[in-house]
Formats: sequence, structure tokens, C-alpha cells
Amino acid sequence: MTDPILETRGISKNFGALVASKDITLDLRRGEIHALIGPNGAGKSTLIQQIAGALRPDGGRIMLSGEDVTPLGTAARARKGMGRTFQISSLAMEYTVLQNALLGALGQRGDVFRFFRPVARDAQLREAAETALARVGLSDMHHMRTAELSHGQRRQLEVAVALTLQPRVFLMDEPMAGLGTEGTTQMVGFLDGLRAEAPILLIEHDMDAVFALADRISVLVYGEVIATGTAAEIRANPRVREAYLGEEAAI
Amino acid sequence: MPLLLLIEQILNGLQFGVMLFLMAAGLTLVFGVMGLINLAHGSLYMIGAFAAAATAAATGSFLLALVASLTAAAIAGVIVEMTVMRRLYDRDHLDQVLATFALILIFSEGTRWLFGSFPLYLDTPGWLSGSTVLPFGITYPKYRLAIILVGLAVAMGLFAMIARTRIGIQIRAGENDRETVGALGVNIARLYTLVFALGAALAGFAGALIGAIQSVQVGMGEPVLILAFVVIVIGGIGSIKGAFVGAILVGLTDTLGRSLLPVLFGLFMDTSSATTIGSSLASMSIYILMAAVLIFRPRGLFGTA
Amino acid sequence: MIRESTLNAALLILLLAVPLAALLLDEPFIITLATRAVIFAIAGVGLNLALGFGGLVSLGHAAFFGIGGYAMGILAYHAQTFTPIMEWPFVIQGTKAMPVIWLTAVVASAIAALGIGVLSLRTTGIYFIMITLAFGQMLFFFTISWPAYGGEDGLSIYVRNGFAGLNTMDPITFFAICYGLLLAVLWLVSRIARSPFGLALGAARQNEARIQAVGQRPFTLYLVAFTISGAITGLAGALFADLNRFVSPTMFSWQTSGEIMVFVILGGVGRVFGPVAGAAMFIFLEHVLGGLSEFWHIYLGAILLGIVLFARGGLIGLVSGREVADD
Repeated sequence: MTDPILETRGISKNFGALVASKDITLDLRRGEIHALIGPNGAGKSTLIQQIAGALRPDGGRIMLSGEDVTPLGTAARARKGMGRTFQISSLAMEYTVLQNALLGALGQRGDVFRFFRPVARDAQLREAAETALARVGLSDMHHMRTAELSHGQRRQLEVAVALTLQPRVFLMDEPMAGLGTEGTTQMVGFLDGLRAEAPILLIEHDMDAVFALADRISVLVYGEVIATGTAAEIRANPRVREAYLGEEAAI
Repeated sequence: MPLLLLIEQILNGLQFGVMLFLMAAGLTLVFGVMGLINLAHGSLYMIGAFAAAATAAATGSFLLALVASLTAAAIAGVIVEMTVMRRLYDRDHLDQVLATFALILIFSEGTRWLFGSFPLYLDTPGWLSGSTVLPFGITYPKYRLAIILVGLAVAMGLFAMIARTRIGIQIRAGENDRETVGALGVNIARLYTLVFALGAALAGFAGALIGAIQSVQVGMGEPVLILAFVVIVIGGIGSIKGAFVGAILVGLTDTLGRSLLPVLFGLFMDTSSATTIGSSLASMSIYILMAAVLIFRPRGLFGTA
Repeated sequence: MIRESTLNAALLILLLAVPLAALLLDEPFIITLATRAVIFAIAGVGLNLALGFGGLVSLGHAAFFGIGGYAMGILAYHAQTFTPIMEWPFVIQGTKAMPVIWLTAVVASAIAALGIGVLSLRTTGIYFIMITLAFGQMLFFFTISWPAYGGEDGLSIYVRNGFAGLNTMDPITFFAICYGLLLAVLWLVSRIARSPFGLALGAARQNEARIQAVGQRPFTLYLVAFTISGAITGLAGALFADLNRFVSPTMFSWQTSGEIMVFVILGGVGRVFGPVAGAAMFIFLEHVLGGLSEFWHIYLGAILLGIVLFARGGLIGLVSGREVADD
């Protein structure tokens, strides 16, 4: 067994009386997709925000490649190799699709404080950005303003920006939302191949996609991980069936 | 410094603070409820002062002058709210700053056109001139004492209104969540106009009260406006309680700084440089206070996180 | 609709043609007006870097304008009175050489912007507007009450400072110097706008979560932008003081901050050439409306109000019909 690339150790977070995360210990290993599922309000997004650094946990640590990143902010964690996509698209809406991708490529290279050389003439940056856009299927849309993209296309762009970062891990918050049937199929195929580049911690509501992709699944209910295991193990787990899958017996 | 003189300076600081509160209350309500930065609030203060001075000159009555200041500023407030401000509520701060900056130009020049560039004077009424003797043998000008009392009364009235009345509940609801207020069936447009008029009336009233101490002239509103902004930023924008605490704090800092700092520096340097450094520092003191508050509490003393 | 680049070129040519025509017609006052417009444009281009590209609504840029002005005032005052600025631990003399004065103005206002930025950028929104205003006011009241350099009355400089043996008292020569600096500043800012830094700064303005997700702290980007912005506005301050051969605390007043902001908005926020159009328009209105009526501020206010309420892209946006420049 390989060492985990990303680990949470006993993460807990309360908002007043509300327990959002209760002693959550998870890991993400090389080459895998680890899906995080749970009913609405179970604390999935709160957890991913703590991992990404947007929220500070009340207790516990977050380890990236064996290094404790808990004290670091979002930007520093991104530089250490966390590539995040957001639940609600978080892009520079006035920019073109290409500019957003260039931003990621720039962040990956880390030399933002250059004031004279136009970005557009930087062949290396352009190539990184264009490659990422091509991989998610946005090649034809380089000069489209991001605000004019459909919801699904914005999701694709989010993933493309994360790709340009060449991260050690991907944190993806509902990348399929709004994609439609065909788009989802494509995205599933894409993520399937992506796990070889870097493991993916995936939050997703589309259960078909989750069960098709995930090497392991963790089930979060009321801020607590009630089970972690393979798709088959999760399907068979009585606590999971009771707490969560009961309502969606179709699975 | 003799104790009596110190007490007198504290009272002066209080009087200044109470005036600032009248200005700041409207600003902070308008920001809290409508999310609007109104640089033209100082113009309403000026309008109140001019209305009072003109009325006093025509009728000789100070009380009528005060009524005129309230009315004129409130009417100006309603007009401005209905023609300009309501188009700005959904705009970003930049547009608001600029549009209300433009309003200052219009109001100031309009007033200059009507009244000319020379200052007007508003006399304190006979029954408030002279000094009165307070406990412990402190003599203090009656008019300034009256300002403190009136200001405190208005502050208490405002707190009571916001805590108890229907309109106060709507205002508090509006600060928390605009959509809820709409869902409760409150006529938002009317609520906004009312809040704006209330703030305007308070500013105009302050202008009239101060007009009797200083001269009434074009441009008198802007220095007070800036101070009122300092007050609400220190207090936390949107908070009436914050505005009150901030106003008293700024009033006392400014007044005591001017009288105490030169004396303080005089303890360890020669008199002329002590006066220079002391008064320089005093004139900057409230801005230093504000910067310090914001550095430690970026949303003011009573601001919500 | 006209292309924005064509419009920018036309603007620069116009700004050059007006004083040249005035030279032929022997109207030195018009040349002075054009020089004012150019200097205000530089101040606006500076503010625009923070306000337009970084979304930092600073109502305190008068601080840097004033620091630039006083950098000139203090250096030239000591040069004309033949007194050293300081003697310990080493002697610093005053100077009448423009390049030295410009450099001092730029460095001093950059340092001030860095300091003010570090403190102010902890806040956002209206608090940022107000804390920048407070720092401007602090310097305003400081210069009023500090007697060494004229206090409230300001400082007069008898002869305009010198530049490479040119006769700077000749209006058209001084105009040319200012115009050259404007071109340099425009070149600089347009490079920055297209640079990696510009791309990241604009992204921070649009979406802070996004820029963090690619590994950059918005604070650092804002601080650098604010510092460069303050430095450019400081340069304009030094030129403005040289134009008038006078500095006073008015340069620090919050109305000055408001006016610099007006240049930016009038022209169009976030467009490199916006402040040039805005400043030129402002001076033009001041001159034309001022000739029509003593109370021309009323008309200026009405025009400004109309632009904010009905023409959100500013002048350049109005004519070129595009909201924001691409790529």
C-alpha cells in the first residue's frame, strides 16, 4: 500500500450548536478517486473548504504528502499542489475562457510578479492553457467571455484551470452539476483517466457517476463519516442503507 | 491643567460628540438599511443650517428656525431619495461615491447661487445666551449645555424608536435581510424614503444647532461629513449604538487632544515646539484613532463580522 | 462605433494638437490648461491602476498627490533658500533638478502607499474607502498644522525647476515634458495591464476565491498595485506643484481625491486611456462651463450624475461601445 497523498486527521468543525465536521479522518491515495457522498447538509462542502484552506478547522490536521498544511491559507495550499474546482463556479467572469486558463498556468509557474512581458506572447503559458482547454473540450471557445458560458461549460473550465495547475491532488466539488447526460458521460470518461495523473477527492450527487468512478467511497452523515469502502462494500453496508441510501433505494 | 478647565473641555467634547451623532445616525442608518454611501449627507446638514438662518432672519424665532431646518432637510432628503438615491442602491460603492460627490457639487453651488458666498449668522436665542452654573461650581454656556441635552434626548428617542416601534422593527429587519422585509409585505420603497428623510432631518437639525455657534456658509457640511464617516466607521457601519459610541469617542478625542496634547508635550520640551507638535498631532488624532480601530477591528467596534 | 485603439490615438493627438495650436495663436493660457489636463491624466492613470484594475476604491489618493507636491516643494524650497534639508547624520541639500525631484516624489509616495496599503488592505468595501480617506485627511491636517513648510499657507517656489538645460518657464516646453511623462506612464500601465501581474490583479478583483485557488494571495497583488498606483499619482503631484510653482495642503484635501476619482470614472474605469479622456474632459468642462456661469459646478455635477446613472462605461465606453477591453 502506498502512503496517502492527502490525509485529514480528526478534523472537527462546529458552527455554534451545529456540528459540521466530527472527527473526520480520511485519506486519498495515489491513483484513486475517493468519492465523498452524503445527504444535503451532511457537511461535504464544509469539509472540502477546510481541506482547501478556506475554513479553519476547530481541531485536527490536514496533511499533504506527509506535510502538515493546517496552518496554511488557501493560496499557499494551492501552491503546494491542491487543485480545486468549486461547487458554485468561481471564475473571473469578465475574462475570456483562455484568460482564465492562462491564470491557472501562471499560478502553476508561480511568477505572477512580472510587469512587462505580455501574457498573450508567452508561448509556454499559452501552450499549457490551450492544452488544458483542449482536454476538457473547450478548444473552440478560447475567446468567449466566461460570463457567456453555460453552466456546464463553466464546470469544464473550472476543471481546465485545475489541470493547468498540475496539482498533486484534485479537490472537486460537484464537477458534473449542470452538465446534462452527454456532458456527464464525457466528464466521467475524462476523470477516469485523470486519476492516473493525480488522485481525486470527489464530491458528487450523481450516484451513477460516483459508483462508476470511485475506487473508494466515504459516506458523510451529520458531519460524521459513517463508512468508507469500495462501491460494493458501501452498497452492502446496513448503516449506509439506513442513514442515506434508504431514500434512494434505486441504487 | 486645572480640573475645572478639564471638565469644561470634557463637556465641549461631549457637545461635539452629540452633534456628530446626529449626523452619523442618518449616515449609518442609510448604509445599514439601503447599503448606500451618501457623501451628500453633509449637504443636508448645510441645507438645514441655511433654512434655519433664513427663517430666523425672517421671523426672529429660533424655535421656528429649528422647525424649518428639520422640514427643509427632510424635504430635500425625500426629493434626492426619489430622484437619485433609489437608482444607486443596487450599484457598487464606486458609483455611489461618485454620484453623491456630484450631488455635493450641485447642492453647494446651488446654495451659493441662492445665498451668495458670504456667511450668514444664526444667533442663539436670548433665553439660551450666557452661562449657567453647574454643580461643583462649573460655569458652562447655556446653549452648549442645551445642545448636549437635546442631542442626548434625540439619541434616546432614536434608540426607543428602533427598539420599540413598527418602523424600528422594519429598519432592523431591513438591516439583516432585504428580501425578508419584502416578504413581510413592507412597502420597501416607502421605508427607504422614510429612513432617508429621517437621516436628512437629523443632519439638518444638527446643521441648525451648530449654525448658531459657527457661521452658516457653503462648504460647512463637508468637514462634518468626513468626521461623521470617521464616527460610523469606528462604531461599525449600520450600528446606531456604534455611531453613538463612535461619536462621543471622536468628540472627546478631538476636543481633549487639542487642549491636552500641547500641555502634555510641554512637560518634556520647550513651549513653542510642544505647541507645534501637540497641535499637529491633535489635528490628526481622530484619524489616527480611526486607523487604529480599523487595524484591530476591520469592521469597527460594533460591526458585524 | 469606433475602435478603442483608434480613439486612444485620437485622444493623444488632440491633447498634443490643442497646445500646439495655442502656441501658434499665442494663447499661453490654453497651453497651461492642456498641461493641467496632462498632469491630472497622469494622476488618474495612477489611481486607475488601483481602482480600475484592482477594484480598490481609494478615496485617499490625494495623499500621494500631496506627497509628490511636497517632495517638489521641500527640495526646491531648500535649494532656493540655500539651506540644507538635514545636516545629521549626513547632509542633504535641496535641488532644482526635475529628474531628482521626480525620483524623490515617486519613491516617497511609493513608500507612503506601501505603508498605507499594508494597513488599509486589511479592510474591504466601504471600510477601505474610509480608511484611505482617513490617511489622506491625516496628512492634510498634518501639513496644515506643521509650520516648517508654510503650514496652511503652503510654499511658493519662485522659479520653475530645471530639466536638462531646457527653458522650463516656457509653457510649451513644460507641456512637452509633462506630455512625455504621460506617454511613459501610459506605456508602463498598458504593459502592466497585459502582463502576468495585470492578469492576476484583474482576476483578484473579479473573484478572490479564484486567484487563491491558483495559489496567489489577493492581498499581495493589491498591495503591489496600490504602491505603483500611489507612486504614479505622486509623480503627477510633483508636476502639478511645478506647474503652479506652489504647494499647499489643498493638494491633500479629500476633494482632490474625489476629483482624481472623477477623472477616472468620467473616462471609464479600468481602461488604460480612460483617465486621459476624463481629465481632458474635466479641464474642458471647467473652462467652457466656467466661461458660461460662475456656478459651473452645478453643471459639472449634473453631467457627472448623468454619466454615473446612465453611461456606465464612461466616455470611452460611450464612444467605443464596449464595456471592457479584451485580452
